[in-house]
Amino acid sequence: MTHVAVAIHGDDGDVGDRDFDGPVFVDVARSELAKLFTVRATYLSLAAAVFLIIAAAIGLCEAYVRHVAQLSLTQLEFNPTSYSLSGVLVAQLVIGVLGILVITSEHATGLIRSTFAAVPQRRTVLAAKATVFGLVTLIVSEAAAFTAFGIGQAILAGNHTGTTLAAPGVLRAVAGSGLYLALLGLLALAIGVIVRHSAGAVAVLFAILLVLPAMTEGLPDSLQETVNPYLPAYAGQAMFRTSESGHLLQPWQGLALFTAYTAAALVVAAITIGHRDT
Amino acid sequence: MISLRGLTKQYGSTRAVDDLTFDVQPGQVTGFLGPNGAGKSTTMRLMLGLERPTAGTVTIQGRPYVDIRRPLFHVGALLDAKAFHTDRTAFHHLRCLALSNHIPTSRVHDVLDQVGLSDVAGRRAGTFSLGMSQRLGIAAALLGDPPILLFDEPVNGLDAEGIYWIRTLLRQLASEGRTVFISSHLMSEMALTADHLIVVGRGRLIADTDVDSFIRTSQLGKVIVRSPHLQRLAAVLTNAGAQCTTDPHTPNTATVTGLTDTEVGDLAAAHHLTIHGLAVEDASLEAAFMALTQDSVEFRAEPAILARSAS
Repeated sequence: MTHVAVAIHGDDGDVGDRDFDGPVFVDVARSELAKLFTVRATYLSLAAAVFLIIAAAIGLCEAYVRHVAQLSLTQLEFNPTSYSLSGVLVAQLVIGVLGILVITSEHATGLIRSTFAAVPQRRTVLAAKATVFGLVTLIVSEAAAFTAFGIGQAILAGNHTGTTLAAPGVLRAVAGSGLYLALLGLLALAIGVIVRHSAGAVAVLFAILLVLPAMTEGLPDSLQETVNPYLPAYAGQAMFRTSESGHLLQPWQGLALFTAYTAAALVVAAITIGHRDT
Repeated sequence: MISLRGLTKQYGSTRAVDDLTFDVQPGQVTGFLGPNGAGKSTTMRLMLGLERPTAGTVTIQGRPYVDIRRPLFHVGALLDAKAFHTDRTAFHHLRCLALSNHIPTSRVHDVLDQVGLSDVAGRRAGTFSLGMSQRLGIAAALLGDPPILLFDEPVNGLDAEGIYWIRTLLRQLASEGRTVFISSHLMSEMALTADHLIVVGRGRLIADTDVDSFIRTSQLGKVIVRSPHLQRLAAVLTNAGAQCTTDPHTPNTATVTGLTDTEVGDLAAAHHLTIHGLAVEDASLEAAFMALTQDSVEFRAEPAILARSAS
């Protein structure tokens, strides 16, 4: 590294158009897309999520086909669609952690200062991160959900217990599970922006997804039935889960409520990101 | 130009930056000097809009930083050498920053060349030494070929060659007419690199002056002069306002305070007096800095503790 020569102002090639007046959002979104796909965590997490969704479909459907004789499930309790989508409930933890890391990894290294120095319009940064991460998880999750459904039904077809996308509510459930994961990823991103520390944000997310539902178990049944449908996790999962645990909102109501929770979290994130010292 | 007016930043009961008012001029290297904890890094974060001032303003070419669209074309900054995702390669780190400001990818290759990191551009930045990380941070600052550059402690972690490299780079950037603002806690480094000094202690402005007069006004600058005509030279220098002291152990040699080495040489030449040696005592720079900041050092070992550990 004996390179001591320094380029003179403007004579070392194209620096770009200083007076370019296009929308900042487009540039920042391209930057965020590049950021997402230049770290291994993204590839590992998305691959893990896809693997979990498909592996759960294969495992559960295979187990059902093999042991259906010993099982005492009634036709009402067995739902071929939810059997092939149950991996989503595990994959959500992976997608959630990735959504958090999209922002907290920048805080952990100090990269966030370079990001905000390059783009002082912090809400544009948040909008770009959310758009890019939301679209990427939506595409990957939908692909995984439809693949898992297809494989699951192929296995169930062996003993004629499968279903098809044409059956009532099935397309909604499959597409809805992918949509749930994308929205959950955005909720996690918003929590990451608000909390800023990886471990703390993961704790908050897991509390919402796992601890909150467990806590209502301690409530009297009637109260539990009233509260449960409105918990974020149950509201979002109303899109694709059968209500084996009893009471869930109608699928579209659940989607609307979960979207509202996510939007509210993003609004709080947008307020805090603009105000705080970094 | 960067302008600070009454800039103040308070964290709880600690006033990190206290009513700073100064301008950073283009075409020269301005050293931002102060002991550790003097508020230098906070001031730089305030300049970049990363923190909000408690009071006062800081503007870049007359406007707040946060109002600049695509600021990499206007201001390049190195705050923390390790501010990158350890898993991302040097090339991709720079490309992500370039994309956000609509800077073409070809420019990423240019700045990698310029800082001498082209050969390791494909390596993950987490594997870099501190010196290489500093170069990567400097490359990021140069991406938009900006007229204003801010570097926080850029010399930290560099080896002798790296220090020489960055000193040359900073001088060249300034000679191109840019505003170059670098912080340091090392007076000796600033004396070699900077034209102008902003000295702070405990968040307050202590001095805003060019390097030469900083040393002179401190009255601690020492010039060692050796001459066969020492008696006559001492008389000339004393007339010019200097104090000369001689040491019987070193004949023909005097220690001069109150004048710079340049002034001593010029005076000797004007009076046709031969000089055999002329040297600036390096410690004087540190001494000047210490004298100015001794009341404002935040963390200081108590003399009693030093004495005990020495015994």
